[in-house]
Amino acid sequence: MMNSSRNRQFHEIAGQLRLIWKEPILFVFIILIFYFLFTFVAYPLFQVIKYSIFIDGQWDFSNYLAIFSKRYYFQPFINSIILGICTATIGTIAGFIFAYALTRTPLPFKSFFRLTATFPIISPPFVVALAAILLFGRAGALTPWLKNIIGNYSVYGLGGLILVETIAYSPTAFMVLYGILEAIDPSLEEASMDLGAARIKIFSSVTLPLATPGIASAWLLVFIQSMADFGNPMVISGNYRVLSVQAFLQITGMYDLPRGSTLAILLLVPTLIAFFVQKYWVSRKSYVTVTGKPTGATIKNLEWYIKLPVYGACLLYAGIVILFYGTIVYGSFQTLWGVNPTLTLQNYVEMFEVGKDYLIDSITLSTIATPITGIVGIFISFLIIRKKFIGRGLMEFISMLTFAVPGTVVGIGYILAFNQESVVMPVVLTGTAWIIILLLVFRNMPVGIRSGIAALQQIDPAIEEASTDLGADSNTTFRKITLPMIAPAFFSGLAYSFVKAMTAISAIIFVVSGQWNLITVAILGFVDNTQYAHAAAMSMLLIVIVLIALGLIQFIVGKIGKGVRTTEILG
Amino acid sequence: MKNNYLELKDLIKIFGSGRDSVTAVNNVSLKVNEGELVTLLGPSGCGKTTILRMISGFELPTSGKIFIDQEDVTTTPPNKRPTAMVFQNYALFPHMTVAQNIIYGPKIHGENSQSAKKKADDIMKLVGLEKFGNRSPSQLSGGQQQRVSLARSLIMEPKVLLLDEPLSNLDAKLRVSMRLEIRKLQQRVGITSIYVTHDQEEAMSLSDRVVILKDGVIQQIGTPLEVYARPDNCFVADFIGKANFLNTVVEDVTPDGDVTINLLEQKLIIPKAKKSFKKNDKAFLVLRPESIILEKKKPDTITGIIREIVFLGNQMTYIIEIAKQLVTVEMSNPQECESFENGEEVSIKLPVRSLHLLPWEEEK
Repeated sequence: MMNSSRNRQFHEIAGQLRLIWKEPILFVFIILIFYFLFTFVAYPLFQVIKYSIFIDGQWDFSNYLAIFSKRYYFQPFINSIILGICTATIGTIAGFIFAYALTRTPLPFKSFFRLTATFPIISPPFVVALAAILLFGRAGALTPWLKNIIGNYSVYGLGGLILVETIAYSPTAFMVLYGILEAIDPSLEEASMDLGAARIKIFSSVTLPLATPGIASAWLLVFIQSMADFGNPMVISGNYRVLSVQAFLQITGMYDLPRGSTLAILLLVPTLIAFFVQKYWVSRKSYVTVTGKPTGATIKNLEWYIKLPVYGACLLYAGIVILFYGTIVYGSFQTLWGVNPTLTLQNYVEMFEVGKDYLIDSITLSTIATPITGIVGIFISFLIIRKKFIGRGLMEFISMLTFAVPGTVVGIGYILAFNQESVVMPVVLTGTAWIIILLLVFRNMPVGIRSGIAALQQIDPAIEEASTDLGADSNTTFRKITLPMIAPAFFSGLAYSFVKAMTAISAIIFVVSGQWNLITVAILGFVDNTQYAHAAAMSMLLIVIVLIALGLIQFIVGKIGKGVRTTEILG
Repeated sequence: MKNNYLELKDLIKIFGSGRDSVTAVNNVSLKVNEGELVTLLGPSGCGKTTILRMISGFELPTSGKIFIDQEDVTTTPPNKRPTAMVFQNYALFPHMTVAQNIIYGPKIHGENSQSAKKKADDIMKLVGLEKFGNRSPSQLSGGQQQRVSLARSLIMEPKVLLLDEPLSNLDAKLRVSMRLEIRKLQQRVGITSIYVTHDQEEAMSLSDRVVILKDGVIQQIGTPLEVYARPDNCFVADFIGKANFLNTVVEDVTPDGDVTINLLEQKLIIPKAKKSFKKNDKAFLVLRPESIILEKKKPDTITGIIREIVFLGNQMTYIIEIAKQLVTVEMSNPQECESFENGEEVSIKLPVRSLHLLPWEEEK
């Protein structure tokens, strides 16, 4: 019996190989993708691990021993975890309130609130930290007022970090929870009410339990982002040392690659754990499947004692977001923040003189990286969902890995892996534009893959089979049938990749060079020199460019999306 | 007309491995002649769709071979096979018009657009879609979408047309008219077709031959009349139409195969029984409800007591207790027939030609 089952497995594998063999182009693509994934995802990661445990070619755990025995090294680990937990908790609560208000209450101006809830996603995260300094820093606009209330304080440190990271990353929680709450059928809540439950009971016995897996997911995702955040701590952490910044300083400040790598591993472990818990455990517990099909939400008359606090919280949060970004706008036009409030365009002129090369590099490299990210991402999602081949699970695993790995770890991995020739990459990439492009492509791909997977899962495989059945090979089917149907997902993936490429900082800061540099690095430089007005002006410019690009992609989707109504016939 | 145009040889398909493995298709062999329409019929999970997907190439058999027109296509990829499939959900390309959908296949095969267009026009006329070429599939009704799907397959002039429950998404009335249409079309084009369905009425009305499947195993292959009148086993008898099974014992078997049984002290002779029996074998007498004739009680006949009467308009259904077993009797045109009352003892006439004897089965 055992033997025959093994025999059969062998036959199946042989059969699959035969099929692949008959589609040589597909086969070549699969091999190519594996090569790229191994070289640009797995290999750098492997290098970081290697550098942390090998010293002069010998197994040696002295790096780890040093870190665990010296408080100086160990403290950042504790600090990062504390920061992650606080940010995740507050961010998830804020995201939930917003998601609840938007899906379950007749909140007026919903699209306005949705915009403010998601806006931080399209700005570089550390812009929030910059705004916090302008508002609450030593020369902050609101500093005297706040000092009156709470006495002496410093925005640099854990408190400031939690504030800015909550604003920067609660949108993630909001989006997850919005999807979940929207997918929970309101008739379940109506049923509960019909059976005699009061409002609070409905919430605690139906809504909350159904949303719990979503809440856990949101919490873990914000935790990962907060742990991995580099830009905000770089600007505002002060004496509160966190792993991402410490790893960066070890490498760029002290040229201590092994110790930097070891800190990176310490950063990697908790984020990876959180990621796998989220992906393989929490998401399986979910009762609701997010189909993208909104259920016919019926909004009942809510009592004032629910509306009042929920609306109040939304208003407060939206106010804070507007205050922060408004400060950036206002600050970018001031002659000298806190000293000379005369409005001027001088900052923009000076910023542009210094930063135009950075700007051109950023736009050029992002524009090259974005389509590659989109195409490779959508192709990988197609392979994962629709094709049977040996190693499919491995492909999915590796391509999702970059999503969980903090940028700092990836950046360190890239300099370790590509500043010398190796078997997998016979050319030195460090200092070239390619290393930046490749880093952008493989950092941002998981989102493209995810949206591709989501779109493909909604398309009946029979449609693609019909094409194959009519004589089209895999390539033709992909080009003529699959691609047009997932075009909207493809373009939203593109939009996201472009935004991420333009606003990237944590990994990219390791691979920029004199020749190729990026706008986010320039902004960070301005902040470092306390040229806050210039930093604000450049952030404004960046946000405007991103908005224009988003508008452009939206326009293209509108053009192409016409006539594509996949869901209608699939219904 | 070629014999054995499509041949399935000892097909086995096992999904999964080890303890979780499921044998979806178990040793299926079938020969289909050119121009024939053969239905694969069975309850859900019987393996009929898996067989179809192996013929089309979307699944590889675990073992066994598939021949089309004498050519071994067992491992030929689906895009290189001379088959065309009509999918259950039509699988129309949502981003193309009706005409673009239909012309897709010829274009893939490098046909120049003029001849492809001509063909598409002809096919659209054939299925009555000539006015809908520029519509998007989402603007069509279910029946029209079905026709597009059919046209898209027919334009390929495949050696074998495969239909996977093509009518299951239509409402009952449309289903009846579409199945007549499909049958007419199939006969006019003369295309060899394999049709998968779980609807026995559909299978009976469409097919040249029916293949009845259960748990991946072929139960019987035959013309609709054969499988109805002389089913090979109790499953087939029960699955096709309605059947009464009466426990009985074989009294005598002649060398010619005429079998004598005893039912309520009355001897019944079943001439040329399909299965072989020995004396004293336990057996089932299979009786179709409409073949039983009820009469006012007479002496020396098989009798039963009426236990329930249901009037359905076009027919009258009686549940009758015979030898402690319940038997359903259907009489058509009830106004013209003799009527009986609940509890009445009646005589039962069993026409010799409709008697069918099956070996006794434990589960029945």
